[in-house]
Amino acid sequence: MAEMDTSSGGGHKKGPGVKKSKKLSTRVDLTPMVDLGFLLLTFFVFTTTMSQSTAMNMNEPKDDPAAQMKVKNSGAMTILLGKGNQVYYYYGQLMPETISEDFKSTNFAGIRKLILEKKNATPIDDLMYIIKSDEKSTFKNAIDILDEMTICAVPPGHYAEVDMVEVEKMLIQKTEEANGIK
Amino acid sequence: MPKVKLPRKSTIVDMTAMCDVAFLLLTFFILATKQKPPEVLSVKTPTSVSSKAAPEKSLLITMTKEGKVFLMLGDETKKDAIIDDFNTTRGLQLTSAELNKLKKSEFIGHPVNKLKSALNAAQEIPPSMMDGIPTDSTNNELAYWIRSITNAYKGEDQRSLQEMILVKGDGEAEYPVFKKVKEALKANEIFKFRIVTEGEAVPIGSELYKTGKDEKH
Repeated sequence: MAEMDTSSGGGHKKGPGVKKSKKLSTRVDLTPMVDLGFLLLTFFVFTTTMSQSTAMNMNEPKDDPAAQMKVKNSGAMTILLGKGNQVYYYYGQLMPETISEDFKSTNFAGIRKLILEKKNATPIDDLMYIIKSDEKSTFKNAIDILDEMTICAVPPGHYAEVDMVEVEKMLIQKTEEANGIK
Repeated sequence: MPKVKLPRKSTIVDMTAMCDVAFLLLTFFILATKQKPPEVLSVKTPTSVSSKAAPEKSLLITMTKEGKVFLMLGDETKKDAIIDDFNTTRGLQLTSAELNKLKKSEFIGHPVNKLKSALNAAQEIPPSMMDGIPTDSTNNELAYWIRSITNAYKGEDQRSLQEMILVKGDGEAEYPVFKKVKEALKANEIFKFRIVTEGEAVPIGSELYKTGKDEKH
């Protein structure tokens, strides 16, 4: 297919003085070209990021004091996001007497298990996760925790982002100092 | 005993077919990959398990690592109307030449007080040198921009507007920046919007993974 007929047309007879021209093959070695093709192919496959950007839905509640939800203490879990990808959490309400035991710290690797434990231990109607982000936490943290909610299949409406209060800020600061997180 | 003559076989393989395949695949991959527009602002978005693709036509709010906020009006049909509206409602008194320049620029990232001088600058200011749109609670210019957007889309399908509003942020941007952007949107009665993330596989064994499997059965 890739060859051309190089034989001289067999029509006329050659005389004794006519030199026979050497038959030159037109076959080209395609190996380098194949190499080049695959090299470029691999290059393009590796350099193009296949992951397309996706869009995550966000539903913000209306700031309406009349529509504020009452949350049962038994079903509430507050998740606080601190700096250095730290996560703090407590169940129910913080009581002054037991504050040091209730306020616990973890990280993003550990929070999923805790969310699931809480979800399985609580009747679904009472379940509420309250998410509070510290000023030093990052945008990634805020998205990650919402993503954790999706991963744990927490139904929408059972988690909400709330502003942090002073006590919690102070607690985070103290824990950070104790753990040496900068 | 007569010698058995083994016919000499050439070891040369015809490479034409292989070459064809290689280039065919190469062409396929080059053509199939969408050319991404060069990113002037380097933003590394966080990941999420969301599998919905981000819409191409969008009104994009970008937050950089440094906390600067930019606006990108991707809907060409409304871009002019939004900018004109902002000009009149904020009383910028930009000349038509300045307006045209603003309409042509891809990113909007100047505070109002610097907008005029930036548009008259001899050289176009690259987005990385811009100051970003202020989002402070005292001077929330992003909220004014969003108001101009809602004005421009007034009377049209609000759902399509909601679908177009995208927030894209660098993972390392601090939370207060995101909060201010949310407040700017909420101030304009926009409670639903979308966040641009990088796709991520659902962790195996998680609740979502299980429910996703159930649905398929």
